[in-house]
Amino acid sequence: MQNHFPVWKNILVIFVLLVGTIYALPNLYGNDPAVQLASSNPTPLQQSQADAVAASIKNAGFALKSFEFAEGKILARFNNTDDQMKAADMLREQMSGKATVALNLAPATPAWLRAFGANPMHLGLDLRGGVHFLLEVDMDSALKQAEERYTNDIRSAFRDAKVRYQSVSKESGGIKVVLPNEESRVAATEVLNKDFRALDLVESGPNEFTLNIPERNLREIKKAALGQNITTLRNRVNELGVAEPIIQQQGDSRIVVQLPGVQDTTRAKELLGTTATLEYRLVDVEHDVQSALGGHEPIGSRLYKDKNGAPVLLKRAVIVTGDQITDASSGLDQDGSPAVFITLDGVGAKKMGKMTQENIGKPMAVVFIEYKSETRVVNGEKVQHKEKVEKVISVATIRDSFSKRFQTTGLDSPEEARTLALLLRAGALAAPVEIVEERTVGPSLGQENIDQGMMSITAGFLLVVFFMVVYYRAFGLIANFALLFNVVLLISIMSVLQATLTLPGMAGIVLTVGMAVDANVLINERIREELRNGLSRQASIYVGYEKAFATILDSNVTHFIVAVLLFGFGTGPVKGFALVLMIGIATSVFTAVTGTRMLVNWFYGNDHRADKISI
Amino acid sequence: MTSATHIDFLSKRKLAFYFSGTLLLISIVSFFVKGLDLGIDFTGGSLYELHYNQAADLDKMRSTLEQQGFADANLQHFGSAADVLIRLKPVENISQKELSEKVLSVANSSQSQPGELRRVEFVGPQVGDDLVNDGGLALFFAFVGIMVYVSIRFEWKLSLSAIAALFHDSIITMGFFSVFGWEFDMTVLSAILALIGYSINDTIVVYDRIRETVRTSRIKESINEIVNTALNDTLSRTILTSLTVFLTLLALAFLGGKTIHGFAIAMLIGVVKGTYSSIYIASSLALSLGLSRDDLMPPAKDSVVDDMP
Repeated sequence: MQNHFPVWKNILVIFVLLVGTIYALPNLYGNDPAVQLASSNPTPLQQSQADAVAASIKNAGFALKSFEFAEGKILARFNNTDDQMKAADMLREQMSGKATVALNLAPATPAWLRAFGANPMHLGLDLRGGVHFLLEVDMDSALKQAEERYTNDIRSAFRDAKVRYQSVSKESGGIKVVLPNEESRVAATEVLNKDFRALDLVESGPNEFTLNIPERNLREIKKAALGQNITTLRNRVNELGVAEPIIQQQGDSRIVVQLPGVQDTTRAKELLGTTATLEYRLVDVEHDVQSALGGHEPIGSRLYKDKNGAPVLLKRAVIVTGDQITDASSGLDQDGSPAVFITLDGVGAKKMGKMTQENIGKPMAVVFIEYKSETRVVNGEKVQHKEKVEKVISVATIRDSFSKRFQTTGLDSPEEARTLALLLRAGALAAPVEIVEERTVGPSLGQENIDQGMMSITAGFLLVVFFMVVYYRAFGLIANFALLFNVVLLISIMSVLQATLTLPGMAGIVLTVGMAVDANVLINERIREELRNGLSRQASIYVGYEKAFATILDSNVTHFIVAVLLFGFGTGPVKGFALVLMIGIATSVFTAVTGTRMLVNWFYGNDHRADKISI
Repeated sequence: MTSATHIDFLSKRKLAFYFSGTLLLISIVSFFVKGLDLGIDFTGGSLYELHYNQAADLDKMRSTLEQQGFADANLQHFGSAADVLIRLKPVENISQKELSEKVLSVANSSQSQPGELRRVEFVGPQVGDDLVNDGGLALFFAFVGIMVYVSIRFEWKLSLSAIAALFHDSIITMGFFSVFGWEFDMTVLSAILALIGYSINDTIVVYDRIRETVRTSRIKESINEIVNTALNDTLSRTILTSLTVFLTLLALAFLGGKTIHGFAIAMLIGVVKGTYSSIYIASSLALSLGLSRDDLMPPAKDSVVDDMP
């Protein structure tokens, strides 16, 4: 009896080993400290700008390792982090308003490997440092806003169709429409059936309707709110200048934001969490503020407070809201006070133009609106704390009509102006968000984690290798080659999948190393047993592999089931661990069985001596 | 059949049941009396890891924090005297942003030089419950998945015993954490899940051997003898694999750093328990449930395991 692999099987194993090695290699090269520049407005950076940046880096005396310009983005690599930091500071000043400057760790993969599309694994935040946020979107207020929108739409639809109505109001159970008589009820029904078919209509009394948003639409609204929030958050994060941020949906109301390398979490929290926007309203000059304070708020107007807490009476009708702002930048006005320069979209500009023209000489107010949402624990109960802060930041007399571009003053500091401009540019959040989880890892801890992880993988590996050689000699050595091959394959698959390696993931590698030799132990024990039973060495090898394989398959399938479930239900760190475990189980079956068999066949397949076998 | 060892495992079955029963009892009593020291992943709250250039004075920091209203702050050195870990339960009536700023400034004010903030973890009260639910679901489905697979590949008595062995392993491992008051966090929970994977792997190898032995045995051999032979045949493998896994876990426990220490410890305990339970719970319980030769004889036409490796 001889043990031979068909040629194709040998070729397959060697091919897999080669490909695996190529795709695992990039992980050996590490990262270059780099600075990444991307345009801060819609037009991408131009070649001329890239040349200018390269020239200014060289002029400042920083040694560039390489300089790349592709797809409107600049990536400048440096030899050390010191140069990187200083160059980034310099560029931030130079390119302020033109480009965002972000610190980055760019993989130092050589060109020939990149030609294969080989890239290193991503490193998780626990390994490279950075901050992780989990944000919860306040869906209740998204729904409330939708109801408010419908209420306004119904009112204006009634006005357009000249339907007389007593009231259209948002109640707890939906939108309530009260009509004065039968005639308008018929007209209203017609309007509602035509334009608001999406809403469930119930006749709740004589000449009275209640409209509800049906379940299906509620889901749509939630989905839209989440989607818009993700877009807005992405815009804001881009403004922060973070290389490779991750902004992802998690579940149906949460968003994960990961910012590698960011240390200033206060600023990040401020930018992610705030829902600030502006509204422009006319000041109600026909009515008296004092009588409104006394409880006689005139219909069509509402009381606001200005920054000093003094009451201001404003018209309810909004001229322009924040979502009609297409661009905003901060700066100083003629008097040197901080200002935000606003650009409106077409609709907003038209409305603003008409309003200002009709109201020259009258005062107009800018209202700053901020939503805050927070869950606090009070007396052991979770209490959601919601707040809508509205303050009038400026009241100015309209001197001339204006439409598309204008400025708003009344801000406390240049910093506030900058933040407001950024928030307006990035767009408003559709619904307030709240930080429900934060994990920040400092860069030094990240490096320490990498070192410790590597150390335990190496130590674990050496211990197993030593043990296997001592116990099984030649067959142990073969198993050790397979083990090395297994780690290479595992890393290459992680790299090809562009998976993220975390500290628990490294623990997974350590565990995989310990468990992968199980298959070899099973096989080798089986071969020893068959030898004891008096089989020839060729037969023992053959039977040993065959019998062990059934067991290996069964035990690994069950183990794999557990790993899949761990991956499916686990969050964050657990997922990273489970992924490594899953891949490790799959690769170990291949390397420990097929890989070792190939080597065993090579060394022993043609050997007819029946006495000596090193196991 | 020749085996390297001839240990009569099953004669010590009673002893093993008492032993496991006692450990289980201690664990369960401890859950009720002491409970588990759940990490902030589950309870919500916050955690700060600070690194100082000098040895940090914990007592002073503790009293300063107490004066500032953080009476239940849990402080400990983390790895070295210069590293401090502050853990806070959810604090009432303060936003997360204010909280971390306040804790830091208070902690630093108690030391001669401010430290470097190495790690912050904040888990809001609404997240912890989700993690517990997801972890519980993962456990539940792992058990169901294994039960179904083992029932199909083997038969129900073995399947039930395998699950019992897994319960035994995970409860006793958690029992250790409860009795010794070690922190039970997300990484420990994943270790419990991982060791379920490990333990079932071990058990299946034994089962496989039992089935094989049944099919090749002579008719007069009793099921008890068969199981004992199978246990002996797989004993060297069981010990060897446990040893390699144990070795790598030792490397992880000693070199892997503070963050995954809990994981490594839980796995170390689990590997020992898992090895023991594969022999004494998973196999002998099946016998007590009335496992017979017929249960494992091939059906009329046996499907041969498909391919050569």
